[in-house]
Amino acid sequence: MTPLKNIRNFSIVAHIDHGKSTLADRLIQVTGGLTVREMKEQVLDSMELERERGITIKAQTVRLKYEAKDGETYILNLIDTPGHVDFTYEVSRSLYACEGALLVVDASQGVEAQTLANVYQAIDVDLEIVPVLNKIDLPAADPDRVKAQIEDVIGIDASDAIEISAKTGMGVPDVLEAIIARLPAPKGDETAPLKALLVDSWYDPYLGVVVLVRIYDGVMKKGMRIRMMGAKATYTLEQVGVSTPKKTPVDELGPGEIGYFTASIKEVAETAVGDTITEEKRPCEKALPGFKPSVPVVFCGIFPVDAADFEDLREAMGRLRLNDSSFEYEMETSAALGFGFRCGFLGLLHLEIIRERLEREFNLDLITTAPSVVYDIFLTDGEKIELHNPADMPDPVRIDHIEEPWIKATIMAPDEYLGGILKLCEERRGVQKDLTYAGSRAMVVYELPLNEVVFDFYDRLKSISKGYASFDYQLIDHRAESLVKMQILVNEEPVDALSIIVHRDKAEARGRAMCEKLKDLIPRHQFKIPVQAAIGGRVIARETIAALRKDVTAKCYGGDATRKRKLLEKQKEGKKKMRQFGRVEIPQEAFIKALKIDS
Amino acid sequence: MTAPLGVYVHWPYCARICPYCDFNVYKNRPVDAGAWGQALTRDLEHYAKRTQGRKLQSLYFGGGTPSLAPIPVIESVIEVCARLWGFEDGAEITLEANPTDAEQSRFEAFAGAGVNRLSLGVQSLRDGALQFLGRDHDAAAAIRAIEAAQKAFPRVTFDLIYARPGQSLDHWRAELAEALALGASHLSLYQLTIEPGTAFDVAVDKGRWAPAGDDLCADMFDAAQEMTAAAGLPAYEISNHAAPGEESRHNLIYWTYGDYVGAGPGAHGRLTENGARIAVETPLSPKDYLAGAPHEETALSPREAEMERLSMGLRLHKGVAFAETDAFFAEAGAYEKLDRLVGDGLLHWDGRTLCAAADGRRLLNRVLYELFG
Repeated sequence: MTPLKNIRNFSIVAHIDHGKSTLADRLIQVTGGLTVREMKEQVLDSMELERERGITIKAQTVRLKYEAKDGETYILNLIDTPGHVDFTYEVSRSLYACEGALLVVDASQGVEAQTLANVYQAIDVDLEIVPVLNKIDLPAADPDRVKAQIEDVIGIDASDAIEISAKTGMGVPDVLEAIIARLPAPKGDETAPLKALLVDSWYDPYLGVVVLVRIYDGVMKKGMRIRMMGAKATYTLEQVGVSTPKKTPVDELGPGEIGYFTASIKEVAETAVGDTITEEKRPCEKALPGFKPSVPVVFCGIFPVDAADFEDLREAMGRLRLNDSSFEYEMETSAALGFGFRCGFLGLLHLEIIRERLEREFNLDLITTAPSVVYDIFLTDGEKIELHNPADMPDPVRIDHIEEPWIKATIMAPDEYLGGILKLCEERRGVQKDLTYAGSRAMVVYELPLNEVVFDFYDRLKSISKGYASFDYQLIDHRAESLVKMQILVNEEPVDALSIIVHRDKAEARGRAMCEKLKDLIPRHQFKIPVQAAIGGRVIARETIAALRKDVTAKCYGGDATRKRKLLEKQKEGKKKMRQFGRVEIPQEAFIKALKIDS
Repeated sequence: MTAPLGVYVHWPYCARICPYCDFNVYKNRPVDAGAWGQALTRDLEHYAKRTQGRKLQSLYFGGGTPSLAPIPVIESVIEVCARLWGFEDGAEITLEANPTDAEQSRFEAFAGAGVNRLSLGVQSLRDGALQFLGRDHDAAAAIRAIEAAQKAFPRVTFDLIYARPGQSLDHWRAELAEALALGASHLSLYQLTIEPGTAFDVAVDKGRWAPAGDDLCADMFDAAQEMTAAAGLPAYEISNHAAPGEESRHNLIYWTYGDYVGAGPGAHGRLTENGARIAVETPLSPKDYLAGAPHEETALSPREAEMERLSMGLRLHKGVAFAETDAFFAEAGAYEKLDRLVGDGLLHWDGRTLCAAADGRRLLNRVLYELFG
C-alpha cells in the first residue's frame, strides 16, 4: 500500500491530435512502465479502431512508478480519457476519479472546442489543472499566443504552462515534476470501511468482466466479499491488481489508489458505472454521489446485407454490448431491409465505431439507415411516446405535438471560415447564442436541433472549414417544433427504411433531394417507376425513372448458351442483394447510397 | 426423328484483333496444316461415335478468321464430316470471311471444297466507322467482296454493327438502306456492345468515348426491324434477318437448342445422351488444343437445360415450344412470373408456344432475368 502523500491521480485533457496519447506513451516510457521492446506506439489506445483513428474510446488507466527529484518514489495513476464529444460521459467519470489534470494544447493550433468541453468538466469537478503546451518544436508553434488564448478562453492562469514536445521527449521530466509539485495528493482513511468508485468496466475474454476502481477509504483485498451498493449485488474478489499498463496482480489496494478487480462477473451490464463498492461485512455509511447513466441520443437501424447473416449480427451485437453498455439495440423488421436491429448510440462517432467494429471484427456486410434522434410525441389523449424510429410514428391525427432534442453547440474555427459556418448553422435552424474571438480564432455558440446535426452537419462543417473547425455539443432541452414524417414511395409503395422525420419547412427540399438521388440509384425497369416523397397523403416531390427500352444480347450463338446460363445463375445469386417493392427491385447498394449522408 | 445435328469448327486466328471482339482469337501466325487437320479429325471422330447414325444438317467454320485457314484444312474437315456422318440433303456449309481482297481471291477454292454459304464480316459501309472498328477493309472493298461472294456462293450473308459512337438514327437508316440494296438474302445486324476485356472496354472505362444510350439503341433496333421487313428480309431472330427460307440453318440449331459438335479451340457443343443434355467445351488455347488436352463435359440439370433452351429459343420470332410439363413449371412461382411478363406485354403464351412480343425481344435479358433470376 502506498502512503497517500506519495500518490497522484491525474488525467490528460486534450483535443484529438494535440498529443495526449503521445504524451501518455512518453510518461510510461520515461518511468519505465514498459521496456522499449514492449513499447508499441500509443500503448493506451489498444483497440485497433482507436489506434487507427487516433482516438480513445474506453477509459484506460496506467500506474507509473516515479522517482522524483526530492528522492521519494511516487505512484502516478494516469487515467486516459476519451477525447470525443460522444464520450463526454466517460470523460466525466474518469475525471471524477482524479485530483488533477494535465491540459494539453497544441502550441500551434491552440484551444479547440473539445478541449474546452473537457477542461470545463475538469474544472466542474474541482481538479487542479496544469497547462501543457505540446509540439513546441514545430516551426508554427506560438506558445505566447496560445498561453494568452488559454487565459482568455478558459480563464485559467497559463503563465507557468510547461512547454514540451511529447514526440522528442523534450520537457517530459518537467511534466512529471509538476505532477508531484502542483497536483494535490488524494485524501482517505485506510482504517475506515471500504469505499470505492466503480469507474469503468469492460469484458476481457480471459478474465470475464474487469472492473476499474478508485479507492477512497479502506482497503480492497483479494478474497474479500464486496457489495455494490447501487446494484445491491455481492461478489467475492478473485483478483486485485494494477495496470502498468500490463495487468499486474497486487495484494491490496489502499486509499487514493486506482486499480482493477475481477469477481466472476459475467456481463458488463451488471456493473453500473458510478456505483459505490464497499465491504459486505463492514459497509460504509454513505454511498458516493455516482453518475447519471448515459443515454443514447442517436438511433439508426442496422441490417445485414445478406439476410442469412442475421443471427451472426445478433451475436456480434451481443458481444459488443458486453463491453459497451451505452450501446443499445432491439430487433426491428423492415419491409425494405428485412430483419435487423434498431440501435441507440451516444452520438454519431459512437454509431460509426460500432458499425465499423461489426463489419471489421465480425466480418459482416451491413446497411445502416439514416440516423435519427429521439422524439417525444405527445398524443391528443395525453399520452407521451418516445419515438426512436420514424417507421413507428403514430397516425398524425392522434398527435397533439412533437418535441425534439436541442443541443448547445460550440464551434471554434479560424475566422476566415466563420461566414460559411454561420450560414450552415442558420440553415440548420440554429439560434446564435454567442460569438467571440480569441486572436484570429472565432468561437461561436449555437443552439441547434439535434436532428439537424445527425444529418451530415459534422461532415459539412469539416468541409466548409477545410477541417479546421472543431465542434462540441451538449444536450440542453426538448422543444416543440413543427415536425412531420416524410415517406418515400417507389412505384406507389412506401419504402419504410427511407422514412425520416423532418421539420415541415425542410421537408420539400429534403424530399426533392432524396427523389433525385433515388432516380439515379434505382436501375431502370421495363416499366416506368414514379419515385415520390410524401407527407401523409400529400406528395411533395416526384421524379420518374423512365422505362428501360433495350436490354438484349446482340450475339448469341453456340458458345453463348453456357454464358447465358452462368449469367442467369449469377443474377439469381445477386437477387439476394436486391429488395423487392411491389415489382421494383432496389439493389441494397442503392439504400446504402441513398442513406449515405453526402456533403 | 432425331434432333438436328450440326458441327462448328473454330479457327482461332485473325490478321488483327478487332477492338470490340471478345471471342477466343489470336493473332495470325504460320500454322502446321497437317497438325490442325489431325487435331480436328480426332475430335470429329470422337463426337461422331457419340452421335452415330445421324446426318449433319450443317457445318460452320467460324472464328477467328477461317478464311485465313489453309485450304487443305477446310477441305479435309468437309471430307471427314462427309465420311463420318454424311450430309443431309440441302445441308448448309458456311464459312466466315473478311471482305479483304486477299481473302476474296480464295472464294473459288472454298466453294470448290464444298462451302455453299459465305458470311462476310462487313461491319459497316462507312470508311471512318471501319477504321474505328479496327477493320482491315474499306467500304469499297466490302462491296467488291459482297459482289464476288454472290458470284462464288449460292448464299451470302453479311454483318453490320450499329449504335457506334456518333452514329445518329438517320445515319444508321441510310447505311442500312445501302446495305439492303446490295441484295444479300440474309443480314446480321448487331448493336455494338462493350465486352469486358476488349480494347473498347478499356477506352470506355477511360472515358475516351461513351456507348450509345439505350433509347437510341432501341430506336435503331426498331428502325432495323421496320426497314428489313419492308425490304423482304424480316427479322427471324433478335439480330438476324432473312428472306423466307434463307435463315441460317446452322444458327437455327443453336436457337432451337438442337445438338451440335464443337471442334477447334474454345468451341462449345451440346449433345443429348440418354435424354440428358451434355455441355462440352474444348480447351481455349490452340497449343493445348493441338496437344489433345481433355474437353470439359458437364451434364446439365433439367433446370439448367431449360434455362439455355429458353435463352436461345425466345430469341426466335416463332418462339419456343413451352408446355406445362416443362421443367420451368417445377419451380415455385412459375405461373406468377409468366403472368406478369404476359401482362406487361413482353411475352405471348398459348399453352404450347412461348414467344417474345416486340417489346419483349428488345428487353429479352430482362425477361430471362424475371423468368430465371
